[in-house]
Amino acid sequence: MDNREKLFACITATSFVLDDLRLFLDTHPTDREALAHWEKLQKVRNEAVEEYTKCYGPINSYDVDVNNKWAWIEEPWPWEGRC
Amino acid sequence: MSQFGGPDGELAASQRYLSQRYSTKNKKVAAILTDIGTEELAHMEMVCAIVHQLTRDLTPQQIVESGFEKYYVDHTLALWPQSAGGIPFNSCFFQSKGDPITDLVEDMAAEQKARTTYDNILRLVHDQDVCDPIKFLRKREIIHFQRFGEALRIIQDELDRKNFYAINPDFAADQCK
Repeated sequence: MDNREKLFACITATSFVLDDLRLFLDTHPTDREALAHWEKLQKVRNEAVEEYTKCYGPINSYDVDVNNKWAWIEEPWPWEGRC
Repeated sequence: MSQFGGPDGELAASQRYLSQRYSTKNKKVAAILTDIGTEELAHMEMVCAIVHQLTRDLTPQQIVESGFEKYYVDHTLALWPQSAGGIPFNSCFFQSKGDPITDLVEDMAAEQKARTTYDNILRLVHDQDVCDPIKFLRKREIIHFQRFGEALRIIQDELDRKNFYAINPDFAADQCK
């Protein structure tokens, strides 16, 4: 696995844990253990997204860096096989 | 295909929860409907990607042999929401009733119906690249069932002992005094 794949795997894994934690926190909004876990994972994910976006391009269309071209349409879409 | 546009599919699930959330007064329950509804949209993307990847390279001969020809005539190899039996997507697949107990009991049943559908699919499919994401989606139905169960408990905990359960806590409680 190269660095790009590792970073992407980190983003998808932390995103999933946060997605699951979000549902738990909706019905247990004061659970300290879950809140601490959220805070930790949120930081890891944010750093991974920032590094990925800087090195390999945008994951989110709000983060497109317009450098004379529209990079958003260059990468394969998830359904095209690479995700 | 059925888990895209079928009666217990991800499109119906997302629209069920995202429609119900507006009339839900409890903040925790509105949040869980919003967040599970949004997750269902992502699951719809997963199901659509699976269908697309399974059908994108079909030859006319394979289309006939696999019984896909009727769908192909209408949609070529595009995605269109319908059930496995060919019934088009219909909002009558779900209800949005403006009563949190009615809605949450429906939502819990919906998660179980989707889980059963995934069980049925898993008995028919042996391709590992299809089974793995289907197993993942099946597990999410179980988590959602748990969370909707908690949401129902939250609503019931707030009910007046005399209203357990006689009238709609989000609407009729104000009207029927």
